[in-house]
Amino acid sequence: MLNFATPVSPCPSLLDSSLLFPVSLRVIDRKIKAHLPTKAHSQVSIMNMSESVQVTNNLTNPEASSQRTLYPYVTGTSVVAIKYKDGILMAADMGGSYGSTLRYKSVERMKSVGKHSVLGASGEISDFQEILRYLDELILHDNMWDDGNSLGPKEVHNYLTRLMYNRRNKFNPLWNSLVLGGVKNGQKYLGSVSMIGVHFEDNHVATGFGNHLARPILRDEWKEDLSFEEGVKLLEKCMRVLLYRDRSAVNKLQIAKLTEEGMTISQPYSLKTFWGYGAFQNPTVGAEGSW
Amino acid sequence: MVKEQANWSPYDNNGGTVVAIAGADYCVIASDTRMSTGYSILTRDYSKICKLADKSVMASSGFQADVRALQKVLAARHLTYQHQHNKQMSCPAMAQLLSNTLYYKRFFPYYAFNVLGGLDNEGKGCVYTYDAVGSYERVGYSSQGSGATLITPFLDNQLKSPSPLLLPAKDAVTPLSETEAIDLVKTCFASATERDIYTGDRLEVVILNANGLRREYMELRKD
Repeated sequence: MLNFATPVSPCPSLLDSSLLFPVSLRVIDRKIKAHLPTKAHSQVSIMNMSESVQVTNNLTNPEASSQRTLYPYVTGTSVVAIKYKDGILMAADMGGSYGSTLRYKSVERMKSVGKHSVLGASGEISDFQEILRYLDELILHDNMWDDGNSLGPKEVHNYLTRLMYNRRNKFNPLWNSLVLGGVKNGQKYLGSVSMIGVHFEDNHVATGFGNHLARPILRDEWKEDLSFEEGVKLLEKCMRVLLYRDRSAVNKLQIAKLTEEGMTISQPYSLKTFWGYGAFQNPTVGAEGSW
Repeated sequence: MVKEQANWSPYDNNGGTVVAIAGADYCVIASDTRMSTGYSILTRDYSKICKLADKSVMASSGFQADVRALQKVLAARHLTYQHQHNKQMSCPAMAQLLSNTLYYKRFFPYYAFNVLGGLDNEGKGCVYTYDAVGSYERVGYSSQGSGATLITPFLDNQLKSPSPLLLPAKDAVTPLSETEAIDLVKTCFASATERDIYTGDRLEVVILNANGLRREYMELRKD
């Protein structure tokens, strides 16, 4: 007898309209973001469909307060990335969760940026798509100079930091944790930006649960000049642990490789898992009553 | 209509401790290089020290995004000053600028706890200490950040600071030599690392004197 539990979604009153919307429409239809969870209100403004600048001042206009991001809706979980001998390796699964429902199972959360960088994001997927649009414009203007120079990963990381920080200053954050990696002129670069603008660069970075589960593994096993095979094995080890322990992780991931030659992103694949560990079979054998 | 509450905070504390000590003809500015959030370490290798001018070095702990933005604002203002006055800003001038910049955002503060070190117009070491909204004071030594409560009493004991109530005002600049001051700073951080979870990994020391600027590093406990 199948028991269907009601999926716990972040905003119960949206279940009727927005669940049927594909992700792309939700991105355009910002009316949903303006929806208050409690009552229908007459002040929902129909947002201009064209790519115009948000004119309403979010801080002084009281009716505009409902147009700030309050919570994320469709989210991606951890991104893990490392430097290796030839460049950067980054891994992210392809899940887009709507609260506790696994709504989308083919979300590409890593995209190349210009010639030298790759961006991975966790958090709100629509905000990630917005960031990609900003970056498109940035790269376009860079190309239009036609001066032989191109934005490297350091520059893109700085741009993203300023972008996230400025949105945080307006109390309307882009709800993402970003990982930006790249190689330019032999120099490898790997940086991270959080949704409030906290940023740093390191030899290995991770977002979300990855910070708690993957970073310790990387601190122990990462070393300078890993080969491609060693790097992939290390990333897969991290992703496997995340798969076992992060409830929003899905077993369908991609690995992006970025070298001086450019970016290649693998076809989606699954990790082999083993659930027969004694500890999994009887998890509370050492401490009855715990979970 | 119930007012919506934000369920995120625009601030975070990324931890760390900063210390500065002024000497007769030098200034020592030091910070650890750990950057944390909550109970996690983000990176063990992040510098909190920023050279603002030839004779002014700022070290800040607190919310890293605000610290970085503050460093950029001051660097930009210093560049403008150089264009307009054809000279570097003096440390006392930079001290006033930092105070004004912080107070400018009095009602949405930079969550940055700063210590400005350098050489004054006479070449003597000077240290200025700040709170998050710009109130500042010139002192002989100071420490800010998560380990400050552990370090300040120790510095008070070791540097025998004269009472600020004395008249005529006694100079708070320490008679210690440069190497002794660096050694003292290393001791401070080794001790703070033992008891403060947000301090550790590595110590970065910047020494400013008549010969210019140099850096020293020391490993700290990583737990």
